Amino acid sequence: MQTPAPVDYVRATSVADALSLLQQHGDEARLLAGGHSLLPMMKLRLARPEILVDINDLDELRGIRIDGNEIVVGAMVTHAEILNSPILFEHYPIFREAEKVIADPIVRNKGTMGGSMCQADPAEDLSAVGAALRGTVVIQNAEGRRTVAMREFHEGPYETKVADGEILVEVRYPILPGSGSAYEKVERRSGDWAVCAAGACVTISGGVFSSVGIGIGAVNAEHFTAVDAEAFLVGKEPTAENIATAAQMAADSCDPSADQRGPADYKKHLAMELTKRALTRAAAAAKGA
Amino acid sequence: MEISMKINGAEVTHDVEPRTLLVHFVRENAGLRGTHWGCDTSNCGACVLWVDGTPTKSCTMLAASAAGHDITTVEGLEKDGKLDPIQQGFIECHGLQCGFCTPGMLMTGRWILDNNPKPSEEEIREGISGQLCRCTGYKNIVDSIHWAADHPAENEVSA
Repeated sequence: MQTPAPVDYVRATSVADALSLLQQHGDEARLLAGGHSLLPMMKLRLARPEILVDINDLDELRGIRIDGNEIVVGAMVTHAEILNSPILFEHYPIFREAEKVIADPIVRNKGTMGGSMCQADPAEDLSAVGAALRGTVVIQNAEGRRTVAMREFHEGPYETKVADGEILVEVRYPILPGSGSAYEKVERRSGDWAVCAAGACVTISGGVFSSVGIGIGAVNAEHFTAVDAEAFLVGKEPTAENIATAAQMAADSCDPSADQRGPADYKKHLAMELTKRALTRAAAAAKGA
Repeated sequence: MEISMKINGAEVTHDVEPRTLLVHFVRENAGLRGTHWGCDTSNCGACVLWVDGTPTKSCTMLAASAAGHDITTVEGLEKDGKLDPIQQGFIECHGLQCGFCTPGMLMTGRWILDNNPKPSEEEIREGISGQLCRCTGYKNIVDSIHWAADHPAENEVSA
């Protein structure tokens, strides 16, 4: 029987309350969101917090809304809510494509965006999406709020810029009118972590790429992206040849490890192929293409 | 810690360790053994019940987090001595072999139909993709959910 080790439990009543509880308990405390990453880690004793601060009552961390030229997704928004969000689908179909292949429908009912991002698994899909969309993470602590670019959010596997005593409160995605976006993932079985995944978000103006965002997961791409490939494509026509060259550059910038999901050269091949497919579909979907 | 929640409409209160998982609270404390305890790793879906109407893997939720919420288990599907059409469908179409996955399949199946009364085979298969049937009886499970879709409760399904 797998059960977490003994732990204390307290329910936060507001973000301010949660922050004060985190301050009080220091690094012995962990926030409990959907629990679908943290509880399995606790069962395996890979996480041993002394107290859980449950933030499921914090409605201020829920909701998907448009604020100026950004879409704001609250940290406690579930994967199911992202999958079914008309706002996100209208502007960024990449979210629906990514969410369809994250875990399974029942897990998506509970798992949250903030929880997934703070777990920071190297194969986490929304991190690749956020990198492609150049999102901004909003982090709150006792002093106030600060923002961190998605592309600077990860310190390494399972490590982020969210420090003890801080809460990820929302992620903001800039709206790119007329953009096209797409997500591609290869997994060993339905709902598994990616062997490799790639997302793309592009705009096209005057027949050439005016902006390019690439997100790559599970193959040790620096900050889940491929900046050289992006820079190569900007100003170029969306031809199969240009996209193939960029996809190869993206794959070359990855440094996957061999593991039970496959050998490194296979993963590198996937990085090239999936980046190519994502870019191709995103370019076809972009207005003005 | 003392926690209370409504299970199938009845208030249940027990003193448990904060680390107690919801599946164990429902089975051991509330004594409702219909919800099965399977893989413990949120893979198999045998433990699916509803929290405020939403299917949830109860091996991956603390009972403490469920306090104050409305829980519905497989025992809550039957109404006034009549089986829910989803239960009847599993009888009609031989939707179970060993029966271990059945409670979770029933709870997810009912939820699929509540949101989509006429699902396609593909929509049903996607809907139950978080549940494992190790007898591999998926075809009959899909047929059972289809049967329930074709025989909604108004049609006087007999128990």
